[in-house]
Amino acid sequence: MADEYLLEMKGIRKTFPGVVALDNVDLEVRPGTVHALMGENGAGKSTLMKVLIGMYAEDAGTITFEGQDVKIRDTKTGLGLGISMIHQELAPVPEMTVSENIYLGREPKNRWGLVSRRVMDAMTRDLLREWGITIDPKAQLKSLSVAQQQMVEIAKAISYDARLIIMDEPTSAITEREVAHLHEMIRKLTERNVAIIYITHKMDEVFKISDYVTIFRDGQLIKTLPAAELDRDKLITLMVGRELTQMFPKEEAPIGEVVLEVRGLRRGPLVKDVSFQLRRGEILGLAGLMGAGRTEVLETIFGIHKAESGEILVHGKPVKITSPADAIRADLALLTEDRKATGIMGVLSVRDNMIAAALPKYSPKWLLQRARIKTDTEAQRAALRVKTPHLDQLIQNLSGGNQQKALIARWMLTLPDILMIDEPTRGIDVGAKSEIHRLMSKLAGQGKAIIMVSSEMPEVLGMSDRILVMCEGDVTGELSRAEATQEKIMQLDTTAVSV
Amino acid sequence: MSTSTPAPAPAPAGPPPPAPEEERRSLDAGAILRKYGIVLVLALVVITFAVLTKGNSLGPQNIFNIIVQVAPVAIIALGMMFAIITKGIDLSVGSTVALAAVVAGSLAQIQGTAGSQFNYPAMPIFVSIVAGLVVGALVGFVNGSIIAYFKIAPFVMTLGMMSMARGLAYIYTNGRPVSNLHPQFNFLGQGSILGIPVPIWLLAIVAVITWVILERTRFGRHVYAVGGNDQAARVSGINIGRVQVGIYTFIGVLAGLGGMILAARVGSGQPTLGQMLELDAITATVIGGTSFNGGVGTVWGTLVGALIIQVIDNGLDLMGVSPFMKIFVKGAIIVVAIILDERKNRGR
Repeated sequence: MADEYLLEMKGIRKTFPGVVALDNVDLEVRPGTVHALMGENGAGKSTLMKVLIGMYAEDAGTITFEGQDVKIRDTKTGLGLGISMIHQELAPVPEMTVSENIYLGREPKNRWGLVSRRVMDAMTRDLLREWGITIDPKAQLKSLSVAQQQMVEIAKAISYDARLIIMDEPTSAITEREVAHLHEMIRKLTERNVAIIYITHKMDEVFKISDYVTIFRDGQLIKTLPAAELDRDKLITLMVGRELTQMFPKEEAPIGEVVLEVRGLRRGPLVKDVSFQLRRGEILGLAGLMGAGRTEVLETIFGIHKAESGEILVHGKPVKITSPADAIRADLALLTEDRKATGIMGVLSVRDNMIAAALPKYSPKWLLQRARIKTDTEAQRAALRVKTPHLDQLIQNLSGGNQQKALIARWMLTLPDILMIDEPTRGIDVGAKSEIHRLMSKLAGQGKAIIMVSSEMPEVLGMSDRILVMCEGDVTGELSRAEATQEKIMQLDTTAVSV
Repeated sequence: MSTSTPAPAPAPAGPPPPAPEEERRSLDAGAILRKYGIVLVLALVVITFAVLTKGNSLGPQNIFNIIVQVAPVAIIALGMMFAIITKGIDLSVGSTVALAAVVAGSLAQIQGTAGSQFNYPAMPIFVSIVAGLVVGALVGFVNGSIIAYFKIAPFVMTLGMMSMARGLAYIYTNGRPVSNLHPQFNFLGQGSILGIPVPIWLLAIVAVITWVILERTRFGRHVYAVGGNDQAARVSGINIGRVQVGIYTFIGVLAGLGGMILAARVGSGQPTLGQMLELDAITATVIGGTSFNGGVGTVWGTLVGALIIQVIDNGLDLMGVSPFMKIFVKGAIIVVAIILDERKNRGR
């Protein structure tokens, strides 16, 4: 029966110059269900959703929503029909308040035709209370944590009385506790017969919340199955089209002498008296909740922020680092957490992106040594398997995983001894993820020392030789690989040190 | 610092990526159009005015005029390109032109003649030319330093400098033109070497230097990196402030050179010289494909962009269009160019 579906997309095709992004895709979604979309980056999930909400126009195919044939040509039409989307990259207005953001573009008006802030705040308060979100409607968006901003976006999507809510990796930037809250909200929504399309890379989530799973690969819909008929291995096999033997393959590497020592590093409320040692061949995991100060520790070591006090020793010698250039000269490298904001230079070529941090090495007398650049960037491209037609391609045209590999190449070209990697696999598909894990493990084997910040528990547990746990700017514990468990980390990351 | 070749990172396992041949070909077709589309625009503009002026615009003398006239604007636009690639702008170039022209002019004035108000001791002409370049460099250095160290928006800083430099030019000359320039100085704007006008030689030299800086030096990579993503550039160890000081100083030098060419052409350094010239320089740069969103811009595009506005300017003159109308048209052109740039960016 056709009308048992809330949404039917049939024969959707979408091409971009030179690429078939979606090839004859059919998707059906039942009301009151959670429908997970899975697949590597660039497999077509996000493109299909952008077609659905009217950001892209399909080349062929039909969309039926609540039994009606619809043509969705802009996002406003989509919202009118009851389709809203929470985007992977949040787009709030930082200077505005929570309620202004939620009712942006449809502010309640009083009888003079002016915006009624009082009504708006009251509506927001009711909305947030109903969904168990404890945020002040009058707070400015920029004063909230990323996770809280995420909650505001979700509340906003709900407030449209949507029949279908699309969530594009909603949990990539929030902590375990908030994930639980989000899942609870999703359950409540499905009880009201709202359908959820849920894009994620996290397996555990899929099995926890979804009713149906659709798998994409290379622009094609591979299969839609009830979640109950799937298990982890089967799902991975369907996604990558090949068997992945091991997700977190940290190999044993000989651990050598201390290469980096940090003593009493302080900077603001998020770095309070941090000390640790890092050894050759070691991967040191830095675990903790969002906002625990992990990123800030890396950024302070790297000279992005000025340390208030503390000492940094590289190979036993104190070094003075007041800028990233100093840090690079001291053989440090930092792969930042936010690829788009502080990683890629989108309109530049892959090659220019790769050499950005190693320019002094490739231009000892100001002029660039182009032959060496060419040889070395090609070597990195081959070694890291960066999928791009040529290195003159703009990096923004690459998938997230390949962008990340190009950024790893950027730091490899600086010949670092100490590699700091913040969220190495955030927003990256399974295939590229396991390649990056394997790579980190090999680098450790070659004698590099690695510090890894990760919010993914399996990644921390699987990759680290040793784990430091942080909470509110303090190191609250240290666990060896053998003794570390998810429970122990969660104990430590909530144990604030009283001052 | 070590210059050894880095060991390639170890290869992760997995099948090698398939060669996306088809993708490559179609992308290249797009790239060619993007690179040479600007020449099509130039051809279209040339043909349009050839038709509208019944062929007059294609006369050899007229073409010669266009090329000589384009030189100072193109030289300044090449500098402007650096600012726009890094999401900045320099509104003070027109005033820098005037200040450099009156200072260089004052040192190149023939003494003792009627109307010579400066009467500095006689000195070689190259001293006055160097002085013009130094004045430009100083203006740019002040712009760049304040932008970099006080984190002022380039728009605001150079808007202020636009008035300050113009004011200095008036103060220095008491509002009077600096005439009776030495013929050797006027050679900059009126002379020829090997039958080719000096401004064209200067433009060619500046274009080559600019191209080398952008494409072949570390500084050039820094300029693109800062424009592509300044935060990422910072993490990569690039000193953004130093790049900005370099950029605005370089623009100042080029504006100084442009100012001297303009003064030499008419044999007089005037404090009113170069008004609205920033608009021409910005328009040439943007028509030439440099994006206000940063990270994109080429010497080639900017040169063609400058030619396009010069051909339009000249064609409107030949058609007898009023100068008031021309001012309106120039403004409209830049608005259209920016709209096209925005649309191109939205597509990606």
